[in-house]
Amino acid sequence: MKNDTNVKEELNKRTSDDSGKKKSLRKSTSKKIADGIIFTLLSIFSISMVLPFVWMISTSLKTPGQTRTSTPEWIPDPIIWTKYVEIWEKAPLLTGFMNSTMYAVIVLSLGTFFTALGAFAFAKLKFPGREKLFLALLGTMMIPFPALMIPHYILFVNLGWIDSLLPLIIPAMLGNVFMMFFLRQFMNGISDEIIEAAKIDGSGFFGIFWKIMLPMIKPAIAAQVILWFMNVWNDYVGPLIYLHSPTNQTLPLMIANFNAYYDIQNDFPLIMAASLVSMIPLLIVFFAFQRHFVESMNYAGVKG
Amino acid sequence: MSKQGLSRLSQKEKWVAFLFILPLLLQFAIFLFGPLMYSLYISMTDWNIFGNKTFIGLDNYIDMIQNDRFWRAMGNTAFYLIGIPIGLAISMVLAVWMNRGIPGITFFRFLIYLPVVSSIVAITILWQWMYNYEFGLINHVLSNFGIDPINWLNNRNWVKPAIIILGVWRGLGVSTIFYLAALQNIPKTLYEAADIDGANFLSKFRHITMPLLTPMTFFLIVTGVINTMQIFVEIQIMTPAGGPGYSSASIVFYIWQEGFQYNALGYASAASWMLGLMIFILTIFNFAIQKRWVHQ
Repeated sequence: MKNDTNVKEELNKRTSDDSGKKKSLRKSTSKKIADGIIFTLLSIFSISMVLPFVWMISTSLKTPGQTRTSTPEWIPDPIIWTKYVEIWEKAPLLTGFMNSTMYAVIVLSLGTFFTALGAFAFAKLKFPGREKLFLALLGTMMIPFPALMIPHYILFVNLGWIDSLLPLIIPAMLGNVFMMFFLRQFMNGISDEIIEAAKIDGSGFFGIFWKIMLPMIKPAIAAQVILWFMNVWNDYVGPLIYLHSPTNQTLPLMIANFNAYYDIQNDFPLIMAASLVSMIPLLIVFFAFQRHFVESMNYAGVKG
Repeated sequence: MSKQGLSRLSQKEKWVAFLFILPLLLQFAIFLFGPLMYSLYISMTDWNIFGNKTFIGLDNYIDMIQNDRFWRAMGNTAFYLIGIPIGLAISMVLAVWMNRGIPGITFFRFLIYLPVVSSIVAITILWQWMYNYEFGLINHVLSNFGIDPINWLNNRNWVKPAIIILGVWRGLGVSTIFYLAALQNIPKTLYEAADIDGANFLSKFRHITMPLLTPMTFFLIVTGVINTMQIFVEIQIMTPAGGPGYSSASIVFYIWQEGFQYNALGYASAASWMLGLMIFILTIFNFAIQKRWVHQ
């Protein structure tokens, strides 16, 4: 005991020694310098990451003539707003918005419901073949979309669904296997006792799902719905294959066709304005749910 | 509750469960497994939408491996994989920098993540404009460094790097955030122990950070390979004909062209099976060599 306290005193003396202080002081100043350098590097890097967006906005506020300069002109002189009016006249953009919104709303609302219902059955209900069916569904995540696009096309030609939103909506609204997997994992973490208690109270299975489970898994659903919304809003290949007449097209396809048409005429401001407007719903969702975004990434990352 | 009542309940549970998973099962049967098998069948026919389906066995597959454009698309797709290590290296450095507890991280993370949440089509169009030979931003910037303008999208040597740069820029946000999450799971005590041993920054990075990030690197490589093998949108929009001398076309672009522009549905199905097989082999390969380098 006595030795111990001696050692402690000795240690205290040493750390309060001048040389020790200097050393830790030097270390913290060198850390501060390093922090300063890294802060500067990060600032430069992340600002250059968003420069393309600044360039996009800047271009959209010019006339085609103003874009033909030998050096980049970041702030247009004069600033031209007319392209943002023109885009609505030159393409049925509003219809594109409506089509994309219909696609997203139907798929996300019904799809989320069916997905959560399925996840609940796989997590909490007992039925023969449960594990095998689950693995079979999980296996479909490995099928690349290009392997399905030709048989899908043939199927929808035969059903007469080409040039409508049905080929995009019907398959997707039946559920999302990745999300089902994710929600099942989440529900496995919820104790079975709550379910058993509800059963004895006489709640039906759907009642248990709707009144007990759904409120508990809301955060997990929110994170997944956002990712799914991004995928639906960004979908390009499906619309490219199925949608032909301009008034039936979703926004990304419309914008891409717009680009192909006006690129030849070098009307870059018009193209940039249309592209920028098409991104607004995504950006709104991002700003509104920023926290959920990061969370959903973290979930996937840690679990993966 | 009586015993009888319970067993009736479990009978009911069975049927309710099947009802609950019915939408997913329908999707599986009608839109996933069924079409997959059907495409295997038509990949062995010479079908081109209009005519009859004649069974030709493996002829489509044999034609394919003798087809020059198929191999060029394959080579281009392999080339695009270079973007994965480049993106991971940059995002690892960014994540380590962001993990030092300096102020402003939320803002940096937000800026780097912005491309991820933007529309792919809109971003591709934006980069097409930035790559413009005469007036694009990239050539403007390069000329400041005395570099002659590059005809990015119309030069067979530059079109693939151009698409890779766009891909790296777009993907940095995701991998940086994943790395950041993984870094926060590394116990601080490891670094403190290394400090006592007098380890410098580089050796700490090499012997602690890098090895402990390997599980995340592995995850990002596996998903990166699967995604890059299916690259399509950027190519179809920026180079609608597959680039000069077919120098930018990917496998999916090739499938799309054969199937929907030339109506060779049987042949395109064969190519899509080839792609599926390739992704499967690469993924298995990634998992097989995992033991050699991923920290357990």
